[in-house]
Formats: sequence, C-alpha cells, structure tokens
Amino acid sequence: MAIIDLANPTRFLRFAHRAHPWLMEITAAAFVVGLYLTYGAPDDYQQGATVKIMFIHVPSAWLGMFGWALMSIAALGTLVWRHPLADVAAKAAAPIGAAFTFLCLVTGALWGRPMWGTYWVWDARLTSVLILFLMYLGVIALWRTVEDPSRAARAAAILTLVGAINLPIIKFSVDWWNTLHQPASVIKLGGPSIYPTILIPLLVMALAFTLLFVTLHVAAMGNEILRRRVRALMLMQAQSAPGSGE
Amino acid sequence: MSPLAALFIRDIRLAIRVGGGGGIGVLFFLIVVVLMPFAIGPDLTLLARLGPAILWLGALLASLLTLDRLFAVDHEDGSLDLILMSDTPLELAVAAKAAAHWLTTGLPLVIATPLLGLFMNLDAKASAAVMLTLLAGTPALTFIGLIGAALSVALRRGGLLLAVLVLPLTVPVLIFGVAASNAAIVGPLPFGTPFTILCALMLTSLVVGIFAAAAALRQGME
Repeated sequence: MAIIDLANPTRFLRFAHRAHPWLMEITAAAFVVGLYLTYGAPDDYQQGATVKIMFIHVPSAWLGMFGWALMSIAALGTLVWRHPLADVAAKAAAPIGAAFTFLCLVTGALWGRPMWGTYWVWDARLTSVLILFLMYLGVIALWRTVEDPSRAARAAAILTLVGAINLPIIKFSVDWWNTLHQPASVIKLGGPSIYPTILIPLLVMALAFTLLFVTLHVAAMGNEILRRRVRALMLMQAQSAPGSGE
Repeated sequence: MSPLAALFIRDIRLAIRVGGGGGIGVLFFLIVVVLMPFAIGPDLTLLARLGPAILWLGALLASLLTLDRLFAVDHEDGSLDLILMSDTPLELAVAAKAAAHWLTTGLPLVIATPLLGLFMNLDAKASAAVMLTLLAGTPALTFIGLIGAALSVALRRGGLLLAVLVLPLTVPVLIFGVAASNAAIVGPLPFGTPFTILCALMLTSLVVGIFAAAAALRQGME
C-alpha cells in the first residue's frame, strides 16, 4: 500500500526537481518585463501614480481566488479518487493562497486610503474577500489540528468544497451590489473596458504572479511530499525501536 | 416506528431529560443580550437602533455554543457508529438529528426573542420582525453548524476549531437576517427582499449542510 502511494509522488518529485529552476527563471523574466511595462504605463488622469497599486492588487486578488479554485479541484481528487498527490496539492496551496489574499487586502487598503479616504469600508467585495481570507485560515487550522495526513486531507476537502460557494459571490459582488469598489472591467461580457496601455502591463503582471504561484506551489508540494516521507520513516523507526513491544 | 422517527424522538428526549442543551443556550442568549447595555450604555434610542443586530449576534453565538454536543456525545458512547452502520441513509439520519437539535436549541431562542426585545427597547412590531427572521435564520445556523460539528467530531481539540470553521460561513445569514429586521423596522427597503434571500440561504444550507456533514462523518469515522 505504501509503495503504491509513493509511486506517483516519486515521479512528481523528479519532475519538480527538474522544473523548478526553469520555473524560477521564467517567473523572474516575467516580473522584469511586467515591472518595466508597469513603470512605463501612464498615470491615471484622476488617480495619478497611485493607480500603479493596481498592478499588484488585481493579480493578487485573482490568485487569491485561483488558490481556492485549485484547492477545490484538488478536493475533488481527494474525495473521489483518494489520490495522495491531490492531498498534497490542496495542503500546499492553502498558505500560498492565503498570502495572496492578504496581499490583496493590504494593497487594497493602501490604495483605498488616498482614493476613497479610508483604509477599509464594509463593501460587499471587501467583505467577501476578507471572508475568503478567514476561510483560508480556518482550512490551515484544520490541516494543523488533525495529525493523520490523509484524514486531514478529507476533512479539509469537504470544508474547501463548502467554502467554494464564496468564489462566485466574490466575483459578482461588484455587479450585484452597487458599492464603492468599481465593477468588473477586465473579465466581462463585451471585452475589457481598460485602455491597452494599462491593460497589457496588467496582463503581463498577472502572468508573472501566476508563474510565481505555480513556482511556489510546485516547491511547496515537493517539500510536503518529503515531509510525509520523513514522518513515515520516523513512524517505522518508532515501531521497530527496541522496547516497542515487538 | 421507523428508525428515523426513533432517532428523532430519542434525540429530543435526551435533550429534554439530560439538560445542558436548549436551556443553557437560552440562558447564554439572555446573558449576552444583558451584557450589551453595560458595554454600549443604557441609551434607549441607541439600544432600539442596535437591538436587532444584538439579538441576532446573541442567537448566533448561542446556537454555536450548543453545536459541539450534536455529534460528540453520540461519538463518545458509540451510538454514532451504530448510526453509521445502519441501513438508514446517513444523510437522512443527519437531517433527523439536525431537526431534533433545532427544535430543542434553535426554537427556544426564537421563543425567547420577544422577552429579550423588551430589554432592547423594541416595540411589538420590531420584536415580531426579529422573531420572524430568527425563525427563518436559526435553522440555517444549525445546518451550517452541522458541517463544523461533523468535521470536528473526531478531533481532540475540536471546540475552538468548530467556531473558527463555522463563523465565516454564517456571515451571509447574519447579514440578511439583520437587514430584513432593519427593513421591517426603519425601512427604506421592503421587508420581503432580504427576507426571501434569508429563506433561500436557509434552504441552500439545508441541502449543502446535510450532505457535507454526512460526507464528513463518513470520512472522519473510518
């Protein structure tokens, strides 16, 4: 049983080792291009240079939601196929997604202060992203409370799928409730309503952030597989130690 | 008697005879509401303005307090294993347990609301509005709480984790419950709009909560 469980993760580890340097280089290159384009993007006629916060804020928000979507797909893998790699993917994605959601909240607050005159408003989108962040923390707490990794995976998978209901609420909150936060302007019917000089740097930055997410996720998955092996080895050692009753 | 009816009646009997369930929940609700004027100050107009929100928060916390008994007691004495192994579909058994739990812990909160509304300087119409929203909202809180109770049943340090898992999920219920109460008392929105959303949330949580809780019990008890 243990050998079958390890079979696929071993192949994944080999892939991760080979892909990781490449991923890091591509990510760094995308960030260089993205930051250069961001630097060259024109200031907004109303907001001035503060509009550049958007190039960090919007990709972080996307990836905060992307992280939960990834966890939901992995949760299906855990519950339906009991795939050990799906457990690992879900566990590794949670802290990264939480970090991007936190980055989105912080940059949003810093942007809101000069533009709206306040760091925080109880607006529908801000509130639903904050709830997403709290749910990330809840999932991480659940992962840390259950000792047995495969049982923790199944419990976290159920919570993840229930929490996935929040994702469409975040996406459409700005359309359903008319609030301070601006409505959708990139992904919407009829194409984006942003001028290309801003849109292209934004998309490049989104690509760079996505690559960063993938790089961190692959590395974290590799670490998690190794951590599980260390745990299994220590359990075996404890069982065969003298005085353990054998 | 069908197994489901037997389970339902057993749970209600246990809740009434053993004590520590609904009665303590109502007492906790009373104490939370009584604490508020000490914190806010005895300004009657301010209390009337905040009343629905305070009553809703009190009911939310009180229903959270009784959740850990939902499956944990059955887990300790082994009857949860019997329920899991029986021929009755686990989803239906969970639904029966949830209904019994709401009748013994949620409904007393709703009934206590008009009395606590007096403390909050709410008039009869406002009290009735809060009571009606709680009547639609507390089942939703129970069904959402089912998920947390089922997830934390086999954990040794489940209590605090349960609150952390459940509270973020209850935010929409709280928002629309208080919004509907306020709409009935001060307007300007019609009462029906937030109230129908609250009812929709209750029905959604009925479906999601029961299936997720049954899945969590199956996974957790292996």
